[in-house]
Amino acid sequence: MSRIEQTFAALKRPALITFIMAGDPDSRTSLAIMKALPEAGADIIELGMPFTDPMADGPTIQLAGIRALEAGQTMKRTLHIVKHFRETNDKTPVVLMGYFNPVFQYGLEQFMHDASAAGVDGLILVDLPPEESTETIAAAKEKNIDIIRLLTPTTDEARLPHVLKDAGGFLYYVSVAGVTGSASADLGTITPHIAQIKKLTNLPIAIGFGIKTPADAAAMGKIGDAIVVGSAIINNIFENADKNPVSAVEMQVRSLADALR
Amino acid sequence: MSETKTTAMANSLKNQPDERGHFGPYGGRYVAETLMPLILEVEKAYNAAKSDPAFWARLEDLQRDYVGRPSPLYYAEATTKHLGGAKIYFKRDELNHTGAHKINHCLGQILLAVRMGKTRIIAETGAGQHGVATATVCALFKIPCTIFMGATDIERQAPNVFRMKLLGAEVRAVTSGAGTLKDAMNEAMRDWVTNVHNTYYLIGTVAGPHPFPAMVRDFQSIIGEETRQQMQQKEGRLPDSLVACIGGGSNAMGLFYPFLDDQSVSMIGVEAGGHGVDTDQHAASLTGGRPGVLHGMNSYFLQDEDGQIAEAHSISAGLDYPGIGPEHAWLFDQKRVNYVSITDTEALEAFQLCAKLEGILPALEPSHAFAHVIKHAPTLPKDHILVMNLCGRGDKDIFTIAEKLGMKIL
Repeated sequence: MSRIEQTFAALKRPALITFIMAGDPDSRTSLAIMKALPEAGADIIELGMPFTDPMADGPTIQLAGIRALEAGQTMKRTLHIVKHFRETNDKTPVVLMGYFNPVFQYGLEQFMHDASAAGVDGLILVDLPPEESTETIAAAKEKNIDIIRLLTPTTDEARLPHVLKDAGGFLYYVSVAGVTGSASADLGTITPHIAQIKKLTNLPIAIGFGIKTPADAAAMGKIGDAIVVGSAIINNIFENADKNPVSAVEMQVRSLADALR
Repeated sequence: MSETKTTAMANSLKNQPDERGHFGPYGGRYVAETLMPLILEVEKAYNAAKSDPAFWARLEDLQRDYVGRPSPLYYAEATTKHLGGAKIYFKRDELNHTGAHKINHCLGQILLAVRMGKTRIIAETGAGQHGVATATVCALFKIPCTIFMGATDIERQAPNVFRMKLLGAEVRAVTSGAGTLKDAMNEAMRDWVTNVHNTYYLIGTVAGPHPFPAMVRDFQSIIGEETRQQMQQKEGRLPDSLVACIGGGSNAMGLFYPFLDDQSVSMIGVEAGGHGVDTDQHAASLTGGRPGVLHGMNSYFLQDEDGQIAEAHSISAGLDYPGIGPEHAWLFDQKRVNYVSITDTEALEAFQLCAKLEGILPALEPSHAFAHVIKHAPTLPKDHILVMNLCGRGDKDIFTIAEKLGMKIL
């Protein structure tokens, strides 16, 4: 069983997935935050790969990426963060999330090789739909890295089987048509959609976009197998960058995790 | 003509893209899942429109009576004499309503948006020419529109910003990145993801996810088709070479496409060399970039070794983009089109020479094409016929030019 499968199999409640940007505010601090996340209650960690042109992200994650790049973050450094994290944690799944070009430029096979060696479990590429991902899927499978698919309120019935084919790990349900950090989702519209998706797949469904508070987390946890919090944590890191971002994130993640128990 | 007809189909360069929008390894649909169903819907709607004679009839009416097409093919006699080589013609797309070729694909796309029942239009713009053309067709069809424009470009293209506002468009300043065309396109994509249910993204060049590169090319091909016909009337033969400037590459694709299978016609695309392609201040994606993925497509982009996209630089806001349309990337690899670059300084000198010789103020974009003509034409024989696409007029650029020349307008 993969780390992702083990995590979901062991949990009797919705999983908490936390997103941070690799290298924000700098490589060392993001490693320290990452190391603190599991203890604080994060079940899975999404680590953002910074990109100059994040077209599906709102201002919060855009700026986090720019801060990381300005601090000198590179793909190699991002993989190093994962490698160092794995020295003390062999259990918490790590999913890299970002845009296709930096992975493409690294070289697909080389990337999967290095990511797997570092201890990466899954990969979310926002701008790589199933239509364009044949080579990426082949390279990922070779190294047992799950390609995690995004589903959205606009993914219709005809398209679902196509998106679910080759999907691995879990499904990331983007709860609002919009960018990250936007307004909260409407439970009334996404609940039936998620029920419909459940009929077609056994993969766990994580709900993300627009989940900011413990109350949001509790509400979304009722309909999903996991919830993702990103922009709210990034904001917290930013606001406490000069103080103690690690303990600020610990407190925040604890309250989010409590809301799911 | 007969040989061009027989070489069509099987080995034609005009058969691209494939059904998934690929021009060789380029193009495709690299978009977030939220947009994917809509992109497929646009493709379906465009395919239906393409085979509907009523759609084309309506477009032709508007092209003729609203835009003023066909645009003239003008023999630039003074330029020809001055340069002393090739016989030079200008395709006068700067005489179109709104002052550039952008209106060609705006009319096609607004008709498509109406067919699709969309009630809101968004667009990105660099020089503001596409923004003005979009605002124009939106006024004509009574559809509200929002134009995304980089804050830097808003400053250097003030007349076009005011024009858009007069036409009823909302102009939204984009401050992320360098505040130029790339950033405007990012922001338009973000808006589209958010308002996917009612909004049509009227992309301003032969770029973005499939079907936009092919669709915009189809709507712009009227430039090359007219040129072909007009050249037959004037010279009784095909031109020997075609020259056009390239940012995303819409005016060049429009001129080149109908001639792609005519082996005797050579084609030159002129990229913006900024301060020089050996510096990091230019916008020549083919000369200085390599294949990558951005804005929904695989194509050539200026980028660092880690795949981070570089900021482009050009004196011309319309060419200030670190990428290029995927069909150009493919034609570059095929060596069918020769791509060169022209610096800011050369373009500025060409602008002044064109004003002096022909009494025409070209936009800074085609001033790049003209700068290449100045270099290239004297090396060609007198019976060589060259067509340059004069794709936009320079009124919008007078403030930038005054500043560069150290002159005061008032």
